[in-house]
Amino acid sequence: MSWDALQEILFTLKQNSLRTFLTGFGVFWGIFMLVLLLGAGEGLKHGIEESFSSDVRNSMWINGWKTSVPYKGLAHGRSIQLTEDDIGALKKSVPEIEMIAAEQAMGSVWRGDIYITYKQKSGNFSVFGVGEGYFKIKKFQDYYHGRRLNDFDEDESRKVVVIGTRVAERLFDPGVNPVGLQMAINGVSVKIVGVFYDSGWEGRMSERIYMPLAAYQKTFGRGKNIGVIGLYPKAGSDNNVISEKVLKVLKERHHVAPSDTSAIRLFDLAKQSEDVNNTFSAISLFIWFVGLGTLMAGIVGISNIMIISVKERTREIGIRKALGAPPGEIIRTIMSESLLVTILAGYIGLVFSVGLLELFNLFVQKAGASMPYFSRPEVDISVALVALFILVAVGAVAGIIPAWHAARVSPIEAMREES
Amino acid sequence: MIELNNVHKYYGEKSSRLHVLKGIKARVETGEMVSIMGSSGSGKSTLLNILGLLDTYDEGSYKLGDVTISAKLSEIKAAQLRNQFIGFVFQSFNLLPFKNATENVALPLYYQKVSRKERNRRAKALLEMVGLGDRAEHMPNEMSGGQKQRVAIARALITDPKIILADEPTGALDSTTTNDIMAVFKEVHSTGKTIVIVTHEHDIAEQTERLIWLKDGRVEDANLKVQG
Repeated sequence: MSWDALQEILFTLKQNSLRTFLTGFGVFWGIFMLVLLLGAGEGLKHGIEESFSSDVRNSMWINGWKTSVPYKGLAHGRSIQLTEDDIGALKKSVPEIEMIAAEQAMGSVWRGDIYITYKQKSGNFSVFGVGEGYFKIKKFQDYYHGRRLNDFDEDESRKVVVIGTRVAERLFDPGVNPVGLQMAINGVSVKIVGVFYDSGWEGRMSERIYMPLAAYQKTFGRGKNIGVIGLYPKAGSDNNVISEKVLKVLKERHHVAPSDTSAIRLFDLAKQSEDVNNTFSAISLFIWFVGLGTLMAGIVGISNIMIISVKERTREIGIRKALGAPPGEIIRTIMSESLLVTILAGYIGLVFSVGLLELFNLFVQKAGASMPYFSRPEVDISVALVALFILVAVGAVAGIIPAWHAARVSPIEAMREES
Repeated sequence: MIELNNVHKYYGEKSSRLHVLKGIKARVETGEMVSIMGSSGSGKSTLLNILGLLDTYDEGSYKLGDVTISAKLSEIKAAQLRNQFIGFVFQSFNLLPFKNATENVALPLYYQKVSRKERNRRAKALLEMVGLGDRAEHMPNEMSGGQKQRVAIARALITDPKIILADEPTGALDSTTTNDIMAVFKEVHSTGKTIVIVTHEHDIAEQTERLIWLKDGRVEDANLKVQG
């Protein structure tokens, strides 16, 4: 298209600014609402996802509690204490287990308050001793600084820890990288090797400190006792079958009645995931339903405006034809005008809506605010572009039909039209 | 310049077909200023539309200058010929409301791919000629009927057409303005342009050199001279 033709088009658009505005606004609004909607849907998904911890989605967590049924001459109300030997036994008798690891905790569960100090600053946090492979189960933690605990830390009983972001915020000034620094757990000095973020429990899993189980046991005692066993099965195996097998082994080892459901507790993340996945599907379906509805409304709106606008221009088209405009030129001009307006308006709608979502995220992040079940709304840009393309294409098609008719009407007829 | 031979025009489908032009035979020489008159329904508007290539005819032949106009003229070809050979002046002016006087006058040249600068230069010169040099930037709704018609005449002239076709050019104007517009037509005629005016007013017809009188789709008299 020549510069002169473009000028002519821009001029016409400018001189008919209300019509231009209405057409543009239809596209703008369609895209704007669609992107906001898709963004909100993503936000809802993220919000639900974040209520999960950083654990492998089909992992199971087992801890001992109190018996409720007398068994083999043992009274009810007896506490069950898991040990490292249970892990060995499970590895041997349940081959479907891919990874299994121990977790020992003090703080909230044992010994009450643990004082964590660095120089003048201190705080109360739970400290966990974790066995080899633990971080393969809790594998979705984000590490902001440093590294995870590894097998060497465990084998050499190193007194090293990884700390959650909330621990780091409490003990260190903003901008300080704690990796390599020494802090104290109840007066025992340990070296920080990593800082992680765990989204579990809406971020409260980031209030933890982890250290290798071997070093933990040497430093804080408790021998072979462990608080929690974490595991996840090999791919393709059924969580229900495995959880039954695991419980059976543990119940036998600890002399618990097979009917006793409270002595050993097993939390299966997969069950929870399944419920949530169903909710996700429902949300996705809903969003697409509403999104397509919005798109349809936009399409109808644009088509209407295009048809009206060409109708309104019949006389103008007649005059232009009388003055020597060939039919192709008429169609090309109308198409170019509508394409220019719809693309530009759609682009602005895209920028505005994405900008609004980003602004929202920025605001929430800055304010440190969080909403239950809503977080980080964002939009898949390719989906938005496809929607934009559809709207523009529809605008063009909606324009071309009346434009084609207008270009065929005889100039005399067209000029007779009142305008 | 114009040579019509036995031109027929029908409207509508077979059963309700209307025979509007029933064998028109007429000539207009180069440089002539001719008026076409006739009662309503005599076919004068239809004839003008055919002359102006805004409509096609069904039978007969039509020669415009050296070009033989086919009865099945395509719209693309017609648009091109209109643009090059014919300047229109309408009763209702037919200016584009969102363009100022200069841009309206310049519009036909846009379809000849003449540059904007050159278009506007030639448009301004023509506006000077029709006495609207000081109204070049005015929008149509800021002008009187007479001024609008002057703009329309300037627009008709801008492509330097072989022939000016005017359809009731003074129909919407008062008598004083009518005289002004006719003066402009005469001035244009004095430069050697061929002009054909369709009118129902004797005052207009008597200011032309010759009158073609239509009656019931036929030329009743092609050599009338109207006396004032």
